[in-house]
Amino acid sequence: MNDLKEVEKIYRQEAEERLTEIEETVLEIEENPEDQEAINRLFRAVHTIKGSGAMFGFNEIAEFSHHLETTLDKVRNGELSVTKDLIDLILKSRDYINALLKGDRQEVEEGHRIIAALERLVPEAKDEVRWSAQSDSDRCEDAKETTYRIRFRPDHTLFLNGTDPIALFDELRTLGECYITPLIKDVPLLNDIDPEHCFLSWDIILTSMTAINTIKDVFIFVEDSCELEIDVIDREGDLEENKRIGEILVDRKELSGEEINKELKKQKKLGELLVESEIVDKETIGAVLTEQKQVKAVRDKRLQESNTSTIRVAADKLDTLVDLVGELVTTQARLSQFSLNHGNQGLSSIAEEMERLIAELRDNTMSMRMMPIGTTFGNFKRLVRDLSAELGKEIELVTEGAETELDKTVIERMADPLMHLIRNSIDHGIESPEKRLEAGKACKGTILLKAQYKGAYVVITIEDDGGGLKVEAIKAKAVQKGLISKDADISDKEAFNLIFAPGFSTAETVSSVSGRGVGMDVVKKTIDSLRGAIEVKSARGRGTTMMLKLPLTLAIISGLLVRVGTGHFVIPLASVEECVELTGEIAERSHGSNILNLRGEIVPYIRLRDRFGITEDKPDLEHIVITDVHGRRIGFVVDNVVGGNQTVIKSLGPAFKHMKNLSGATILGDGTVALILDVNALA
Amino acid sequence: MSVMEIIETSQFLTFKLDQESYALDITQVREVLDFAEITKVPRMPEYMRGVINLRGGVVPVVDLRLKFGMTRTEKTVNTCVIIIILNIEGESILLGALADSVQEVITMEPDQIVPPPKIGTRLNTEFIKGMGKKNDEFIIIIDIDKVFSLDEVAVYQSHEDGQALKDGRIVK
Repeated sequence: MNDLKEVEKIYRQEAEERLTEIEETVLEIEENPEDQEAINRLFRAVHTIKGSGAMFGFNEIAEFSHHLETTLDKVRNGELSVTKDLIDLILKSRDYINALLKGDRQEVEEGHRIIAALERLVPEAKDEVRWSAQSDSDRCEDAKETTYRIRFRPDHTLFLNGTDPIALFDELRTLGECYITPLIKDVPLLNDIDPEHCFLSWDIILTSMTAINTIKDVFIFVEDSCELEIDVIDREGDLEENKRIGEILVDRKELSGEEINKELKKQKKLGELLVESEIVDKETIGAVLTEQKQVKAVRDKRLQESNTSTIRVAADKLDTLVDLVGELVTTQARLSQFSLNHGNQGLSSIAEEMERLIAELRDNTMSMRMMPIGTTFGNFKRLVRDLSAELGKEIELVTEGAETELDKTVIERMADPLMHLIRNSIDHGIESPEKRLEAGKACKGTILLKAQYKGAYVVITIEDDGGGLKVEAIKAKAVQKGLISKDADISDKEAFNLIFAPGFSTAETVSSVSGRGVGMDVVKKTIDSLRGAIEVKSARGRGTTMMLKLPLTLAIISGLLVRVGTGHFVIPLASVEECVELTGEIAERSHGSNILNLRGEIVPYIRLRDRFGITEDKPDLEHIVITDVHGRRIGFVVDNVVGGNQTVIKSLGPAFKHMKNLSGATILGDGTVALILDVNALA
Repeated sequence: MSVMEIIETSQFLTFKLDQESYALDITQVREVLDFAEITKVPRMPEYMRGVINLRGGVVPVVDLRLKFGMTRTEKTVNTCVIIIILNIEGESILLGALADSVQEVITMEPDQIVPPPKIGTRLNTEFIKGMGKKNDEFIIIIDIDKVFSLDEVAVYQSHEDGQALKDGRIVK
């Protein structure tokens, strides 16, 4: 029973993947209806859902997918052209299958409606559709390329009943690639031969798409007067190694395994034999061997890929692994520290070795959690398509960098914020076609969704060529909401950041899409919690760009360890630019204004000592860590810069969930805890 | 109200705060550690002493004496950190509590436990599950889940929150 549940779960997972694939592919086909490859992919995905659905007892899904498959087959054969209606229906079907998969049974009516609509699309009469559906499915089940071995051993009397074997072979040749080997070992000496009898027999290797019964049909008239054996020796998708001649002989029961081995021992390698008898020179053999090796390597690789790509690991197992590796990194740091203090050569060499191995292990583990961000892009294509149709706008979503990899958790948590941002672009950003034409822009709006690496971060850009943010409207709204005073003079950049305030919306009306003012603050919060940053750029009439800067991974970061009083703190290295000294003299010169002149640039600094209420004695010479916070330089005054640190991030837990200045804690080499500063919140 | 909860034989860990004996239900105690270096977390109420490293995890430590209105716990050879499992709103939270000294694990029958007096203790009687009697000495059984409601554990600093708007969330 449990096994069954497990199997169902696997089916669901797989079906969900297929559904995502269907969605992506359909949208691809919509853009390029001639893409035969995509159509085939779509067909295969639906076929898989149907096939495994029937196998695991999801009969409703199987039945429904069957109708979809039938229609798609027509598309594949070119009998039905790709229209918007068809795309809509396929998408609806996909949603319906999804609902079925989730166990939503109330929508049976919907299913019937979709089936009816699908059938209406098909030019032929309904009955015919059903009939062809049947034969289609038959063909589909066997539509794999199969290689048969046919042993044809006719009686001596074959010719007597007027059969011409050549005609039979010709018929076989029409079915597919066919190699015929006549066997003449039974032919007697000329003296004894009876010319009216047939002494020949044949071995035929046929590679064809047809089912075994079709082949049997060829021999139907001679069935009684011959021995006929038809075996499948290879099927498409079989990854079994190519068989050697000896194995084939054993397979065919011509020889036993021992006999073959005995014979093999006598044999020299073919290459050596050929060289010995000077038929080919050594170089040629070398080339041939290289070729053979290459082919083998490619095959092995393919085999490996097809094996590894099917490994599924539960996400929580991976999480545990990452946690354990984190602990290991911490313990290793302690070991290194200990060996350093101990001064024992043997110990420190082991510690160094461990350090290297653990670093490698860490990188490997982290990479396991990485997923290409493109997996979420498919959803957005659908969103853009559906929403723009609803709002009567023409919008194209262009995606770049789908292969950019991010931590699984980051991707999952970014799905909603990205959805919000794209929705905003569709609803508020891109104008209606009329307005766009008036403004002299192309009637079709474009949203660019781009992901790219930037150091330890991934930057996701959402760019639209719409109307841009209305600075005046934002300011007015902010005044009305009491976020800024009426005569506040704030820059455009500062104004753009106001849209992230909770409950902030400049939309006059609340639409089904957006305008309730929730959303942007959620976006901001999510990105903050991921230790990322968001930047808004906008030009009136030309569009808006949102840049989300996200850390590659959440579990381990490179940090700069600093000390203030007796406490240790970690500043994420990604935001650190440089460290400078703060002498008493410099501090005095700025007359208590906490501003530093850094090579002509004015850099404000914050005393962590004051901010954290640390009262211990301060040293004469302090240090300033210059950080980059949203493109602005800000210094943090610390007592001492200790050095770089591989920081395993630990949550501070619910007890400190309101601490805005800290993003977590980490454990140092000596076992004490250091707090990780959230420079974005501090600045 | 709480005496009703103690209807079967239970085991308790007893410890001392300022000469007085207290007890915690043993099921809520995970372990007892020696007093180690505590990392102070800035801008926390005084009773929140900071965080410690518990085998790779970060656990907050509170000063029970300060929480109960006594003077700050000073470090002695007997000072311990009791790691407590708090059950707050369905969540299990680990919390370290400082104790002047940890005594023993004792078994008490329900009839050894009486309801808390309405007056005469330094504690708010809400926090007390009951008074246990052992060798003519009273032991205060603490309802630790009540001592730390979620809001209290998640120390909220309104001061900081008020600054947030100016401080880096909006204007930047």
